[in-house]
Amino acid sequence: MKVLVAVKRVVDYKVQIRVKADQSGVETENVKMSVNPPDENAIEEAVKLKEQGLAQETLAVTIGDDKAQDVLRTSLAMGIDRSILVKSPNSLEPLAVAKTLSKIIEKENPDLVLLGKQAIDDDSNQTGQILSALLNWPQACFISDLKIEGNKLFISREIDEGIEKLETNLPAVLTCDLRLNTPRFASLPNIMKAKKKPLDIIDISTLGIDTNPKIKVLKVEEPPKRKAGIMVNDVKELVEKLKYEAKVI
Amino acid sequence: MSVLIIAEHDNNILKSSTLNTISAALKLSEDIHLLILGSKIENLCKNTQSIHKVSKILKCDNEKLENFIPEIMAPIVSNIAKNYTHVLTPASTFGKNLLPRVSALLDVTQISDVIEILSENTFVRPIYAGNAISQVETNQNINLLTIRPTAFDKCEESGGSASIEDIEFLNTDTPTLFIGREVSKSDRPDLGNARVVISGGRGMENSDNFKLLYELADKLNAAVGASRAAVDSGYIGNEYQVGQTGKMVAPELYIAIGISGAIQHLAGMKDSKVIVAINKDTEAPIFNVADYGLSSDLFQAIPEIIKELDLLNKIES
Repeated sequence: MKVLVAVKRVVDYKVQIRVKADQSGVETENVKMSVNPPDENAIEEAVKLKEQGLAQETLAVTIGDDKAQDVLRTSLAMGIDRSILVKSPNSLEPLAVAKTLSKIIEKENPDLVLLGKQAIDDDSNQTGQILSALLNWPQACFISDLKIEGNKLFISREIDEGIEKLETNLPAVLTCDLRLNTPRFASLPNIMKAKKKPLDIIDISTLGIDTNPKIKVLKVEEPPKRKAGIMVNDVKELVEKLKYEAKVI
Repeated sequence: MSVLIIAEHDNNILKSSTLNTISAALKLSEDIHLLILGSKIENLCKNTQSIHKVSKILKCDNEKLENFIPEIMAPIVSNIAKNYTHVLTPASTFGKNLLPRVSALLDVTQISDVIEILSENTFVRPIYAGNAISQVETNQNINLLTIRPTAFDKCEESGGSASIEDIEFLNTDTPTLFIGREVSKSDRPDLGNARVVISGGRGMENSDNFKLLYELADKLNAAVGASRAAVDSGYIGNEYQVGQTGKMVAPELYIAIGISGAIQHLAGMKDSKVIVAINKDTEAPIFNVADYGLSSDLFQAIPEIIKELDLLNKIES
């Protein structure tokens, strides 16, 4: 089995983001960037499948500018075998990302594609679902457990009501929840080794797909700020405030 | 111009998220068509006919639709969506699972998690866990939107008299089999639309201690929620998680207990009307968004609150 993992470079989850003064977007210059957190779960799952002898080859793919190489190096340091950067000067909408990935998948022929369930920057939660439709493969989103026996996948996925269990076959597209596993830290020797692992670069213009945006961002603003609250001294005061001031109990 | 809504339901009753989505659609049109895909949905459709401003119910009833497998639903939806300029569904795990697949079949870019509709082609959505708000414009022939239910009130459930039209079931073969669903049963209000939500975090220390929270929740007829840390630690099920990768809530009163307030958690609750934070760490970032903060050990505070509430009830009765 060959496993392909899609990873995205995003502003680190601990960073308090800043909206640009001209309202054109969010500041990403001189900000700490990292692998999108649920994509780390996808990487971890692929590496585990290799360690279990279920996967023979693992491959990480990202789309972005040259700087996006760092998330591929992180993937390789975590144990992925090889990687591809699809070089794109612009950031893409989920539909264009999925089309790009589908072209790579045509060439690479993986049996399983793993993605994070959503990117924590634009919070769209679309790419995996679109990709599985483009490929006409089964989809399972927000997965928190995966077992593979031969061609069969046994999946638990997190839904609003609780957990849903599915069975499906390879090839398939799965999107990973944060609870699927605990991503490992890359050890120093593995970070050194990752520098020698393959990282191929493909220019997006060679793939022959339309990646023009269909949506125009008019402006990006800060959300309204909440008014500063007060500290109460004890439970009695709290309950009184809720009853007579806020009138919510 | 009519707007199409893809209904979220459980084959018996309509989920309230669908009613919020209809409200959002009313910003675009006074004429709403409701697409209901499911199995044995005769009664569900009949009970839905009276919803305000819904003029037509498009019913696709087939046993293969019982468990909402997106591979089967998406081709049916995309076929009907071609007749509309706007197709809306809730930004719940149901809508998130289905609509992007429809967008692929129609080759349009979906707009996720819409919190405001400014015009027929201008929409507002949060990005970066709600730390930035993006206003977007599109000139696509079909607008596919998932709607954040908490951003819109529920629509009226009476006053309408919709007709019911049967839609042909188009079969799609898929190897995906539904095996089962583990759903927690609770008599408490639903987290998504409760008037009061009480959430516990890592500070709760274990699942047994959540019983304290349940006791308080029952006094206030509240829903129970949790931070990701509490869910990851196994104190409570994933369906209770509030935050960027869990549920969005906006109740009248949100009480965060033993929750530090990571930005990912704040993303899910900061639109609540009144926020209370109880935490023994006075530096916890949750206090920055709280209307009322109490720096206290939660194992002391919760029983005291229960006592105060009992006292209050006694005075009133």
